[in-house]
Amino acid sequence: MSIAEKNFASAETATISTAQLTGRKSTGAVPRGLTFAAVIIILIMLVVILGNIVIHGAGTISWEFLSSPPEHGMVAGGIFPAIFGTTALVILMTIAVIPLGVFTAVYLQEYTDPASRLTRFIRLAINNLAGVPSIVFGLFGLGFFIGFVGGNIDSVILDSTRPVWGKPAIIWASLTLALLTVPVVIVSTEEALKAIPRELKDASLALGATRLQTIFRILLPQALPGIFTGAILAVSRGAGEVAPVMFTGAAYYLPQLPTKFTDQFMELGYHVFVMTTQSPDVDATAPILYGTVLVLLLLTFLLNFVAIVIRSRIRTRRANV
Amino acid sequence: MQYEFKPKSKLKEFLGDKLIAAMAFVTCAAIILIFVFIFKEAIPIFTSAEIQKEASVDKMVLKQAFIPDEPPKWSWQPNSDEPKYSLLPLVLGTIKAALIAMLVAIPLGVGAAIYSAEFASKRLREILKPAIEMLAGIPSVVLGFFALMVIASILQSSFDLIFRLNAVNAGIALGIAIIPIIFTVAEDAMTAVPQSLRDAAIALGANPWQVSFTMVLPAAMPGIAAGIVLGFGRAIGETMIVLMASGNAAIISGNFTDSIRTMSATIAAELGEVVFDSAHYNVLFLIGSLLFVFTFAVNFAGDVVLLRLKEKLQGKAR
Repeated sequence: MSIAEKNFASAETATISTAQLTGRKSTGAVPRGLTFAAVIIILIMLVVILGNIVIHGAGTISWEFLSSPPEHGMVAGGIFPAIFGTTALVILMTIAVIPLGVFTAVYLQEYTDPASRLTRFIRLAINNLAGVPSIVFGLFGLGFFIGFVGGNIDSVILDSTRPVWGKPAIIWASLTLALLTVPVVIVSTEEALKAIPRELKDASLALGATRLQTIFRILLPQALPGIFTGAILAVSRGAGEVAPVMFTGAAYYLPQLPTKFTDQFMELGYHVFVMTTQSPDVDATAPILYGTVLVLLLLTFLLNFVAIVIRSRIRTRRANV
Repeated sequence: MQYEFKPKSKLKEFLGDKLIAAMAFVTCAAIILIFVFIFKEAIPIFTSAEIQKEASVDKMVLKQAFIPDEPPKWSWQPNSDEPKYSLLPLVLGTIKAALIAMLVAIPLGVGAAIYSAEFASKRLREILKPAIEMLAGIPSVVLGFFALMVIASILQSSFDLIFRLNAVNAGIALGIAIIPIIFTVAEDAMTAVPQSLRDAAIALGANPWQVSFTMVLPAAMPGIAAGIVLGFGRAIGETMIVLMASGNAAIISGNFTDSIRTMSATIAAELGEVVFDSAHYNVLFLIGSLLFVFTFAVNFAGDVVLLRLKEKLQGKAR
């Protein structure tokens, strides 16, 4: 059906309905009220969830709580190792995901014909990768990175019978998270590259710059805020994920901080999970638990907020140009 | 702006191009690898006689009699002396949780999308959208925690339930998690309906809500459906919420206040202690493959519908 036919058909429906409905003197108050109720219910849920966590968690948060390790089977003490572990995890993840995501986006935008079947297939695969359940990434991380890559490094290269690389470690957890978050970086970078005026690129090429020079000196600097937004969104997503890291490196409790790639680590989200489900004394853990949840929420929300602000700035700037 | 270009170095140019191509190749290879690897680890169930002794397709699908003189049944007990790998309780649990989630999320998500796209003033809309999308920024482990600590207590004290953690409890939290997906996709579909269509209806004498319900909604319906489908896919695959809030008991029953064990939570709960390349390990990868295939198909279908709708609303229909 062409758009004109569609227009006509819709208009016809509207006429009939109007004729039918004006007789009933309907003002639309009912649907308006019902849909408004849906909005209010969602907002109330949001406020209740956040309010509950802030009210119960705010009292726990102190410098002491943020800077000391858990004590007495996690019923006392702080969460410093979990904050440190999460930070180390997302830094390693970022180091892996930025070159992968940015260069893949550059390749898709600048090196391939966007209409070609291969490019469309790759883009579809990337989009769908974003919808794959995070637990599947956990499976992959355990089977591939730990079992296959780590296991082979141990047996073939190190010739060791004791697992060194073939066990859960921060490097495997961060690589697993990098795969989970790479679509976010690719999509943001592609968006940023697409928004660069064509004239800039043409001018650069016309001045005799090569494609590579154009990419590194013109396109990537222009796309930097977009890349940055993607990176922050990826970090925010990565910092909140538990399922992919619970088998690939996160530990229940560790007396010392991770210092090597092959060390395990404590993570905020996993710490919340462990304390919620396996605490020996629920009442004693509750304040610490709420404090940890609040820290995790603040971290992810703050990162999201920064990303949203940068993105809206880019959009306004672009609109003004 | 001034740019200084150094003289071209053929080698540098060559290496740079290759570096970019290599990174793109690694990403694509990783995607393919995820596919291949998850499936590969499930294959022994179909090929290895040794694994099949413990876990064959028959054993996972059909009723099994384990104790003489007792009727055969479906059960999931991978760690008992005689491991039982029936997938039915897990599939049923997954569907029960997802159904409750949809019951919560469809009316709220679609309702809020209609209000935001059709009734809200522009200023209100600019506040509403990010506020509702904030829900998407809450990590799922936090929602699971909230379901276990708060929602479960409220449900138990109001309905006097036998199981504190059950399908309803997990389903409500799952529903909260997928509201933003349904809301965003449905809202985008409705705002993409061209203004000219609205103007035409108003010119014919329709009042604003008639425009919404007789014209915008039918035109945006495929988009709303796609949002619901994408939300369903997420509900099936979501792990931490169900792991924490569902009770994790593989019970076959039609009662929604019984505990459930979902497919995703089973992987999360059991993968930590599993022996590499055992039958149990392969079965967990098979469950992972099923989740993977299902969510991939659902996302693919949703994407295709949205793409078609976008083309149609922009007047590019064939």
